[in-house]
Amino acid sequence: MNEDEPLVRWDWIHEHYGLFGDLTVEHLKLSLLPVLLGLLVAVPLGVLCARWRGLYPPVLTAVNILYSLPSLALFLVLLDYTGLSIWTVAIPLTLYTLAVLVPNVVDGLRQVPDTTRQAATAMGYTPLRRLVAVELPIAVPVIIAGLRVATVSNISLVSVGALVGIGGLGSLFKTGFDLQFTTPVLAGIVLIIILAVLFDLALVLLQRLLTPWSPR
Amino acid sequence: MNDGWRWLTDGANWHGPDGIPVRLAEHLGYTLLVLAVAVLVGLPVGLLLAHAGRRTAFTVINVANGFRALPTLGLLVLIFLLSAGSDLAALVPLVALAIPPVLVNTYEGVRQIDPRVRDAALGMGMTGRQVLLRVELPLAVPLIMVGARTAAVQVVATATVAAYINLGGLGGYLMDGILLRQYGTAVGGSLLVVLLAVAVQILFTYTGRLLTPRGLRPEPNNRKEIPG
Amino acid sequence: MRPLKILLGAALLATFAAGCGGSEDNPLDGTGSTDGTASTNETIVVGSAGFPGNVLLAELYAGALEDKGVKVERKLNIGEREVYYKLLENGDLTVLPEYNGALLAYLDPKAELPATTEETNKAASAKLPAGLKLLDSSAAQDNDSLTVTSETASKNNLKTVEDLKAVAGDLVVGGPAPFEERFKDKLSTVYGLKFKEWVPDRSGGGNIPTWLKSGKVQVGNVFTANPAIVLDGLVVLEDTKGVFGLQNVTPLVREDGVDAAAAETLNKVSAQLTTEGLQEMMKKVAVDKTDPAKVAAEWLDAHPV
Repeated sequence: MNEDEPLVRWDWIHEHYGLFGDLTVEHLKLSLLPVLLGLLVAVPLGVLCARWRGLYPPVLTAVNILYSLPSLALFLVLLDYTGLSIWTVAIPLTLYTLAVLVPNVVDGLRQVPDTTRQAATAMGYTPLRRLVAVELPIAVPVIIAGLRVATVSNISLVSVGALVGIGGLGSLFKTGFDLQFTTPVLAGIVLIIILAVLFDLALVLLQRLLTPWSPR
Repeated sequence: MNDGWRWLTDGANWHGPDGIPVRLAEHLGYTLLVLAVAVLVGLPVGLLLAHAGRRTAFTVINVANGFRALPTLGLLVLIFLLSAGSDLAALVPLVALAIPPVLVNTYEGVRQIDPRVRDAALGMGMTGRQVLLRVELPLAVPLIMVGARTAAVQVVATATVAAYINLGGLGGYLMDGILLRQYGTAVGGSLLVVLLAVAVQILFTYTGRLLTPRGLRPEPNNRKEIPG
Repeated sequence: MRPLKILLGAALLATFAAGCGGSEDNPLDGTGSTDGTASTNETIVVGSAGFPGNVLLAELYAGALEDKGVKVERKLNIGEREVYYKLLENGDLTVLPEYNGALLAYLDPKAELPATTEETNKAASAKLPAGLKLLDSSAAQDNDSLTVTSETASKNNLKTVEDLKAVAGDLVVGGPAPFEERFKDKLSTVYGLKFKEWVPDRSGGGNIPTWLKSGKVQVGNVFTANPAIVLDGLVVLEDTKGVFGLQNVTPLVREDGVDAAAAETLNKVSAQLTTEGLQEMMKKVAVDKTDPAKVAAEWLDAHPV
């Protein structure tokens, strides 16, 4: 880096609001779509695992291995199949989301007190209705805790995709690296943290909304 | 997948300064160093916070969780630029990644202890220091180890990104594979990373059990949760 | 009451879903169209490698086409040739700024690099698969090089690549990751250079000037349009035997995606582009941190197509 290069060039920042906006939209698309897809798969999978206990250990091992797959390797392999579409980044992130959510769904369902379950049955709830109206709502706080982890880590992980040309705000890191220029790097870090905090808060609010019976 | 296997089993890749053992050792070395720093920072801070006022603890824990949002690649590039290309600086973002799980789990581990246990220990005439070291720390071990395990796996997987700024380790195979379109190298390197991560997980699970006081062997907690 | 709240939550999630899924481009449509029917839509997709010099060229092409009213999509910063070339082949990209010699060396690693632009283009075109085409080359070059710091140059009395022969055994050489594969053997057979060690820069070569200054490497492959050469006073060793060949900036296009008018536009860019012009633009990008798109637009204003 040049010695006389300031840490932040504010004029560069002011000139690039449009770019920040575009990248932020792309970034959110890349990070939130996997959260939704992951949730859609994780809930049924978790329900199955909670019901048939024998299923859980192998599934847990599988998702733990998924979690340790390096994102860069997955992006690379997918580049051949999905090219420059958002799926190259979205599919691996969906897998990570799954790895985070499945254990939480299972734990959340398992912590439903037996007495509660029995009470619901006694009230004439069918197993499906009991699951949807009683067990899942009780598991919501734990599931949302997992969603928060997945959302925050996805938002930060998307940037690695910049190394293959699909990285939302991460492309600012590449620009900064190529030009030995700290301003875009800092801007990218700050924007990513802001996004992560905002969506984390949104999920906290969602939880309060969904579980009005929980304290506070 | 087959290419990766062929690459892994090719004896030529196991020798020389660029061979698998050297890269593996580098990767493991980085991971251990990062983890050691994370424990040295996260453990005492977590213990302290568990005894601090609720408000302070709440703030610090949330800041620690905020660390999770730090994009490793961005931090890597920033520190690389500011340090004029020093290799060790590349480890800083990894440390930032590893501290939160250790810290938060230490805090949670101590926080979840039944206050009556603490009272009993004090009632037996233990000093605050003794309570901390002989009662609270051992009781918190299972959760602390889960935190350390999470941190270790994340560092093993994320250290690959550091190859972008040319830190060695297994990530180098990934980047070479990408840049040169040598699938065998990339897939083989990824397999090594995954194997290492699994080995680390197993190692931590068993060490955790060994360190856990007898009579306190709860089911391992797989839940990933942001408290507060 | 509870089911209502759940419904509300579900509705919230659904809006959330719509918010990130329902964008202008249905992501499912974007999945790598391997059938190569890029001509069905009139958008030209301009790609680029993952280093600033190539991004700038892509912006020049994109800007020139847009000035002619062509719809352009940019997919820049993709990585190394091994990656983006494949994306051009399968139809994800339509236009790429290429370097004729490097392309030839990529298509045929054993090829001798010819001494003239025409021969280089002819040789490269012969190796291109059907459907891909090189347009006119520009005079501008962004060549591979062996470059040293001025201290190294004066200490070892280096002016040409040949001068390296006596000292190469003590020197570490660095370049973008594929550099070793492309040139190790050629440098050895043509110049008899056997370097102590080859260090790959896995970020595309942006590190090499820093490495030269820090002494991590003593010889580096710095692209000749890289402004670091002027800024840091680096010395480009003369390639007397032409190992690196010619690296004229040349558009590589899919024939089914670029019509005659678009091709002519790109050729007009080539006709006006010079190495000096490229270096000047690169200085704006790398030193003044002006956006490549803006630098390209200024150049196009001064050199209308």
